Amino acid sequence: MDLLSLSGITKIFGNGVAALGPMDLSIAQGEFVSLLGPSGCGKSTALRIIAQLLSPSAGHVNFAHGRPETSFVFQEPTLMPWADALTNTRLPLELLHKPRRDADDAAMRALARVGLAGFEHAFPRELSGGMKMRVSLARALAAQPKLLLMDEPFAALDEMTRQSLNDDIIKLAHEDHLTVIFVTHSVFESAYLSSRVVVMSPRPGRITADLSLNPPPNRDADYRMSAHYSDNAKQISAALRDGMERAA
Amino acid sequence: MDRAFRILIPIALGIAVLIAWEVLVRALNIAPFVLPAPSAIWAAFIGDFASLMASLWTTLSITLEAFVLAVIGGVALAVLFSQSRLIETALYPYAVVLQVTPVVAIAPLILIWVGYEHINTALLILAWLVAFFPILSNTTLGLRSADHNLIDLFRLYGASRWQILTKLQFPGALPYILGAMKVSGGLALIGAVVAEFVAGSGTATGLAWRIVEAGNRLQIAKMFAALGLLSVLGIALFFALTWLEWALLHRWHDSAVKKQV
Repeated sequence: MDLLSLSGITKIFGNGVAALGPMDLSIAQGEFVSLLGPSGCGKSTALRIIAQLLSPSAGHVNFAHGRPETSFVFQEPTLMPWADALTNTRLPLELLHKPRRDADDAAMRALARVGLAGFEHAFPRELSGGMKMRVSLARALAAQPKLLLMDEPFAALDEMTRQSLNDDIIKLAHEDHLTVIFVTHSVFESAYLSSRVVVMSPRPGRITADLSLNPPPNRDADYRMSAHYSDNAKQISAALRDGMERAA
Repeated sequence: MDRAFRILIPIALGIAVLIAWEVLVRALNIAPFVLPAPSAIWAAFIGDFASLMASLWTTLSITLEAFVLAVIGGVALAVLFSQSRLIETALYPYAVVLQVTPVVAIAPLILIWVGYEHINTALLILAWLVAFFPILSNTTLGLRSADHNLIDLFRLYGASRWQILTKLQFPGALPYILGAMKVSGGLALIGAVVAEFVAGSGTATGLAWRIVEAGNRLQIAKMFAALGLLSVLGIALFFALTWLEWALLHRWHDSAVKKQV
């Protein structure tokens, strides 16, 4: 069952740069889709169009059952520096005029789920890069979205932090039956996380490959050593190279 | 240790200068209408205590009123600018014109319009004119500096313009506003004093008028006493605003955060 589909989406920016498309893509409920490509391939543009933060120059985004509740995680934690972790996490619920107590409870739960119980009253400047990203994730989850859009969220983090956040996001997405669209330029990250990898090539961004991965539901450090994982990574890598050559 | 040091050193220097001043004036027999000794200034201060305090109060109240109105007006207009590009485009050039025209040059006109019988209102307007612009321009900048991704996030969750303004733009602009307030507080005092000088009439009774009056009568010690009070007023204003900035920002803003060493 499709949750959303893009048909004939193109984006030409005001300065005349053709960033994207035409792009056609259908995404089913519960999929974890990575949009993978080099920088400048329009993957972030596509994500922003899906979030309706940007309007396409042509084409449209169709939602099968109306626009689902959507959360967005940026590359930067994008927290309000004057507000503590709890207030930051509560933000979506506050904007949606949820009662304060319910919003606080939901925010506390979301923080606990990302491993930040006890840090409710810490300010962003008191938290490490990984913890700030966890607050950002908690904020996205607190809104109880059906669709989670992530724009290279872990790109600025160190490898250890990144791997532990990768494990967390798999678990959280599974528990909440989320549909995730995850923009990344890392072959390994996309191979580890996704049930499906959509490979894109630059200028203008087009889809050059669409791969299904069938990963096991529970992944851990051992999975990173498995043949299944490395085969997937190889396959994605080849598709990426192939797409680049065709674009060049 | 470090803190005591930073307070004690300037105080010690001040006392040393005062003593040297007193000794030199006595030793060289300098005429009191050229440079009075600190003891003579103190005597003038005690002697004219009541009238000096009344003048201090006049200048202080004009300064504070002008300052508060400048903050309210500047922030309100900046908010209006942030909500409407049209209003900003239309009004901003005139705000700049008001700012760049020296207050001394506008003062006679304002005095005529408002009338000498409402001299304090005229002084208030002039002090306000000087204090207003830094608040307007900094708040406008601050409201415009909100993180674009955060604005997108607010929009994604259906935030209204009011929510974006009150929950995102305004808190983000707070460091800019508080910085402008420190500049503006000092300017309000300068504006009040300059306006009093220009008014130069007996109906104005602030500290600047005391200085003019004492100067005309060659009461130099009293001039110094009034001058000293003006400095104290400016310093108090600056410290009060610095404290306010610290109180509102120290939990989160880099400018007010003590670095861990």
